Amino acid sequence: MTQSAVRPTPASPTPPGGHLLEVRDLHVEFRTHEGVARVINGVSYHLDAGETLAVLGESGSGKSVTAQAIMGILDTPPAHVRSGQILYRGRDLLTQSEEQRRQVRGKEIAMIFQDALSALNPVFPVGWQIGETLRQRQGMSKADARRRAVELMDLVKIPAAAKRLGDYPHQFSGGMRQRVMIAMALALDPKVLIADEPTTALDVTVQAQIMDLLADLRRDLDMAMILITHDLGVVAGVADRIAVMYAGRIVEHADVRSLYRSPAHPYTKGLLESIPRLDVRGQALSTIKGLPPNLMRIPSGCPFHPRCPYVQQVCVDVVPHDLVLGDGRTSACHFAQEVRDDSAR
Amino acid sequence: MFRYILRRLLQMVLAFFGTTLIVYALMFAGQGDPIQALAGERPVTAAQRAYLTEKYHLDATGVGGFFYRYFDYVKSLLQGDLGQSLTGRQIGDILQAAWPVTVKLALIALAVAIIFGVTAGVIAGIRRASIFDNSTLVLTLLVLGIPTIVLAPLAQYFLGVKWQLFPPTAGSEPTFYALLLPGIVLGSLSLATALRLTRTSVAENMRADYVRTARSKGLVKRRIVSVHVLRNSLIPVVTFLGVELGNLMSGAIITEGVFNIPGVGFNLFRGIRTEDGPLVVGIVSVLVVVYLVSNLVVDVLYAVLDPRIRYE
Amino acid sequence: MSDFETVAATENQAARRGPSGEPGAPNQIGAAHKPRSLAGDAWRDLRRSPIFWISLALVVIFTLMAVIPGVFTTNDPSDCLLSRQHAGPSGGAIFGYDFQGCDTYSRAVYGTRASLLVGALSALGTGVIALVVGMLAGYFGRWIDAVLSRVIDVVLGIPLLLAAIVLLKRVGSASPTVRITAVIFVLAILGWTTAARVVRSSVITAKEQDYVAAARMLGAGHGRIMWRHILPNSLAPAIVVLTIALGSFIAAEATLSFLGIGLKAPTISWGQDIDTGRIHMRESATPLIVPSTFLALTVLAFIMLGDAIRDAFDPKLR
Repeated sequence: MTQSAVRPTPASPTPPGGHLLEVRDLHVEFRTHEGVARVINGVSYHLDAGETLAVLGESGSGKSVTAQAIMGILDTPPAHVRSGQILYRGRDLLTQSEEQRRQVRGKEIAMIFQDALSALNPVFPVGWQIGETLRQRQGMSKADARRRAVELMDLVKIPAAAKRLGDYPHQFSGGMRQRVMIAMALALDPKVLIADEPTTALDVTVQAQIMDLLADLRRDLDMAMILITHDLGVVAGVADRIAVMYAGRIVEHADVRSLYRSPAHPYTKGLLESIPRLDVRGQALSTIKGLPPNLMRIPSGCPFHPRCPYVQQVCVDVVPHDLVLGDGRTSACHFAQEVRDDSAR
Repeated sequence: MFRYILRRLLQMVLAFFGTTLIVYALMFAGQGDPIQALAGERPVTAAQRAYLTEKYHLDATGVGGFFYRYFDYVKSLLQGDLGQSLTGRQIGDILQAAWPVTVKLALIALAVAIIFGVTAGVIAGIRRASIFDNSTLVLTLLVLGIPTIVLAPLAQYFLGVKWQLFPPTAGSEPTFYALLLPGIVLGSLSLATALRLTRTSVAENMRADYVRTARSKGLVKRRIVSVHVLRNSLIPVVTFLGVELGNLMSGAIITEGVFNIPGVGFNLFRGIRTEDGPLVVGIVSVLVVVYLVSNLVVDVLYAVLDPRIRYE
Repeated sequence: MSDFETVAATENQAARRGPSGEPGAPNQIGAAHKPRSLAGDAWRDLRRSPIFWISLALVVIFTLMAVIPGVFTTNDPSDCLLSRQHAGPSGGAIFGYDFQGCDTYSRAVYGTRASLLVGALSALGTGVIALVVGMLAGYFGRWIDAVLSRVIDVVLGIPLLLAAIVLLKRVGSASPTVRITAVIFVLAILGWTTAARVVRSSVITAKEQDYVAAARMLGAGHGRIMWRHILPNSLAPAIVVLTIALGSFIAAEATLSFLGIGLKAPTISWGQDIDTGRIHMRESATPLIVPSTFLALTVLAFIMLGDAIRDAFDPKLR
């Protein structure tokens, strides 16, 4: 049912010092009184300094859970990490103590969330919330933390930052709130920024501004970024590589250009065909039939088979392994070659 | 914030006139003999009859007369003139003597509710579904389900009369010790409600998104709970306790009656027993005002605690 | 190939029936399950709850006691002899005699009827007012909702006990039937607000459902939509609130009777007996303890029953 082999993820050679962040064969399940939901089933991916990895998938594909596992902020119970490794600078975070992991949060790896209104504490001013990280983690004085908070708010381009320090989250617009969230995540100069659907709750015009800001900040501050999204359109201009997730595993992994040009997994292909394109006239938009799988009863063989147009008997019986295609791409599909060739046509 | 308070103030004024009108209308409108209604089944002397007629302008008749009398009643109420009870004492004097005792009792009850209810509620909320949580849930349900008219006499009998741990009755100049048992009895209901409210509020806030954010900032758990979660959870709890203080001051009728505590509730209790109509109307009117004012104070408090309302 | 499609189809159905899987937020897993069989899940939870069974048993016992008190005691509660004042247990009077020389146990048994009658009828009255007001406010919305919501606010702002005192003082001396009616009436007109709010919000939820819109498009009138489509959906939460309210009404009646403005002799009520027992507790405590226990158990039974049902239907915080 699960892929047991632990392989280094492809698409780029392992640098001499190892990857900055690497997830290896992660398994996470949720134990509820209704049963056990296998949410993550052998996810592996990595991130090198200075690059942006996009993790793409529908809600329920496990992309956010993987990120929360990296941060160590899964709610346990019901979540349990069954097996796997999360290596940061070569050390496995999963074997570290809670105190060691707490030190990593915010300082090494920081995270911003989808809905900034609920992710910010409603009863404290934003300046206080940004400064809290500095006071608590770096022992900064109140005045210094204030000053630094203004700098951070300037950095994320919040107008009149000094004046807005005492305002509460609900007094900001959606886009400005997300900027506050970003400022807070940047407080301790993290090396990795995980952005969990940072623009989903925002208007389209604001979405672009926030994505640009994130891309600029990543470059200027020399961070690495994991961008979690379900929106293929958001990814294109920002990411270097894309990992596509389905039912708690990575089904396709490639650099952005090749993935867009010739998806090698039927699921990715379906996703790409379901977004309207400006350059093709009169194109019929297709949708992926069916629903995402019930994680308590994941279909046998390839979990995508009930929805797959390429389905054959082998898909029902055998779990597909990652097929390594050229350019270091992988696709977990028995017919990866055919799909890619179809797409390229 | 200013508009919010203004709106609440207007609502309170409306509620004040609404409630006092209802109280007044029920006491006097459409009654065969309003004076006999005030006195109940008790004989009324000629002097009392003359006093009541003058006091309530009972010679003015009809709908116009009713409202004339109603506004007269409101005017005296606002001026603090509550008139005389059937025993000839000034109701204002009776209340003046009774208030301090009632306030003391209410504060003891509130302290009990805060010290035990809120603390246990926070623990239960953090450790949801633990043994502690489940047992407090059952215990509070028991307390909520036992009416005061059962709890007060039984506590008095067992703890006061039989085992003699507390004085069974308070007497005319009650000490703190004498007020302790009645305070606990009175506060037990608030304790149970406060506990359940705190528990729910803390449990809900523990799974709020901002807690996840605080964790991803690398804060220690202790700080997340004691600063982020508590500050949010206590908003509804403080609001409840404020309303409850108003309730406790007006709701101590049974407790004060059973334990013989010479407070406001006790006088109302006695007024009902002795069918002293003017005393009952006077005290009820004042208690309604206390209740309304305490609700207003709580609304303001709510706005102070919750910035989302403050900047509405 | 045909086998294969069957497999796929089954899987799809399974997926549709089951939770769509939203593991991004663990809390939603339970929620995602809910629509599948809310009543079924609730019943499964209830069946395992000892509190539910205990309270249900108590409710059944007390209801039987109210309907056929003669089964529970053979003694006549109004057979009182002053010579038996505070006498010990004898001849069926298992808890002895009270201050008036009446059988304490028999009086407690016969007191059940008035309490349950007042509680049930007040809850019924409350239910009717709450359904009408909540339905009108929730269904029509706009100014009707605004006006009715303000009315709810004002009535909710009236302290129940104080208002009941004022209202009941007007009844004066009257026949037992009139007094019971008055108490029921007073409790119902003061106690409907919470239930009305619950009905209002469930009506608003039900109104948004697709099938209501469909019914409207098919030309169903307001009355029909409210009666056939919305009412059934609002009934369950209303019944839970009313079960708890029934318990509180019994407590309220006993309190009013205790104060001497609720039920009066010759009606037998626990409230009065508790008051009499309280006054003479130093001579004999049983006449206080027995009706107190009956009252507490009855109120508890209804409150616990309502609480258990509500927990089962709303497992958010389990």
